[in-house]
Amino acid sequence: MIILEVLRPGPLALVQDLGRPGLAHLGVSHSGAADRRSHALANRLVANPEDCATIEITLGGFRARLQGGAAAIAVTGAHAQPTLDGIPFGLNSIQCVTPGQVISVRAPVTGLRSYLGIRGGIAVPAVLGSRSYDILSAIGPRPLRTGDTVPIGSPGGIFPEIDQAPVAPVATIGDEPVELRVFPGPRVGWLADPDSLVNTPWLISERSDRVGVRLAGPPLRLRWPQRQLPSEGTTRGAIQVPPNGRPVILGPDHPVTGGYPVVGVLADSDTDTLAQVRPGRTARLVKLDW
Amino acid sequence: MPEPTIPDSAIHAYGDRALLVECASTDEVLALARALRETPPHGVVDIVPGARTVLVKLDNPADQAGVRARVAGIGLPGTAASPDTDRPDVTIDVVYDGDDLPDLAGLLGMGVGDIVAAHTGTIWRVGFGGFAPGFAYLVGGDSRLTVPRRSEPRTRVPAGSVALAGEFSGIYPRDSPGGWQLIGRTDAVLWDLRRPQPALLTTGMRVQFRAVGTP
Repeated sequence: MIILEVLRPGPLALVQDLGRPGLAHLGVSHSGAADRRSHALANRLVANPEDCATIEITLGGFRARLQGGAAAIAVTGAHAQPTLDGIPFGLNSIQCVTPGQVISVRAPVTGLRSYLGIRGGIAVPAVLGSRSYDILSAIGPRPLRTGDTVPIGSPGGIFPEIDQAPVAPVATIGDEPVELRVFPGPRVGWLADPDSLVNTPWLISERSDRVGVRLAGPPLRLRWPQRQLPSEGTTRGAIQVPPNGRPVILGPDHPVTGGYPVVGVLADSDTDTLAQVRPGRTARLVKLDW
Repeated sequence: MPEPTIPDSAIHAYGDRALLVECASTDEVLALARALRETPPHGVVDIVPGARTVLVKLDNPADQAGVRARVAGIGLPGTAASPDTDRPDVTIDVVYDGDDLPDLAGLLGMGVGDIVAAHTGTIWRVGFGGFAPGFAYLVGGDSRLTVPRRSEPRTRVPAGSVALAGEFSGIYPRDSPGGWQLIGRTDAVLWDLRRPQPALLTTGMRVQFRAVGTP
């Protein structure tokens, strides 16, 4: 059997696939890859179905050794420098790894999350139909640690056909604010000044994770600060405003229901962009359909 | 009397991959969630009941118009008639010795025995989930048991704690921080991934609490 031995997980390395849709009535959130685009690309490059599990590596620092057989791999996502036995290889390219070789993904220059796809997929046991780790509920395979050995699945009958995908780098290069398109949320009327959400350059806070990205800036004023919202369902990309006025954009591991007003909702495809925006960067919300 | 339906004005876009449907009552939430789960419109990936809303999550932005048309005018059988309330789906045995009982007795102007009688005297229904896997917001209890959350949440509430907050009752599925008022504890296992159905309580179930033992 082919396995991947984790030599160093870095700050956070998680097994992720497309998550657990359809279980919200049990209190189980969708979870899944934070940047689904890069996850899907890593799988496509090695001719895996898109629901195969990859390793989501946050801020690099990851090293692992392949054992038991050869396998094709690809690294996508953040602008990191992957290496094989210390020799750099291209992002979004296919590499054939032989047993004993060491794959490294260093800290990215820009962007936040790298995806390591392996032909056959990461084959840890699924929990409730998914191999994703949900950091809020602690469901699924726990974060990878040094010494973990992760089984690789058997590949299907389709083989990789290209060497490298011509994709644009993740949209986080440069110093300009990252633009995220936002629809008005169901409770946008709760804001004293609805335009304050889109006219403010928001700083991505250090206190951000897969549950939610916190935005730092002048607090938003709610029209009725004391009013309580009966809990309602939430999605990734929903922008909640707690009583302190500091918005939170919910991520893949968000709680299934929440009691703070949702004043905006990111365009779904822009939640993948957000998953690559580092703390300290500035984001600008751009009105869509207001 | 015609059965109630969802008017188009109650359906709000929620970004490009969901619709939020406002309901008139918890009964309507439960009826709509049930109707959607029994015959899900094409493109629906998840149905999330809330206190007064149902969030309908979609596979693709292109499905939004079609699903909206399906949800508008959907019939809600069973909301006009009162539900069959005399038979619970689950009975939960509770030792009523929660740390917040004495304070609640003072706050509500009820004796501890009256609080226990009120909590066990009606059948609760599972309204919606959230907070943690297996946690159920129970609705439809004795209206005298409406209480605020604790001003200071506890950093650790043990699994099996039976609690009150707002109009709701709930049971902590696992050890976690929590701000609800604790009234008792149960041995019932609310969440177990080794079971085919990991959650003991799911949307729409009727729940009866029963007092056991004496602290």
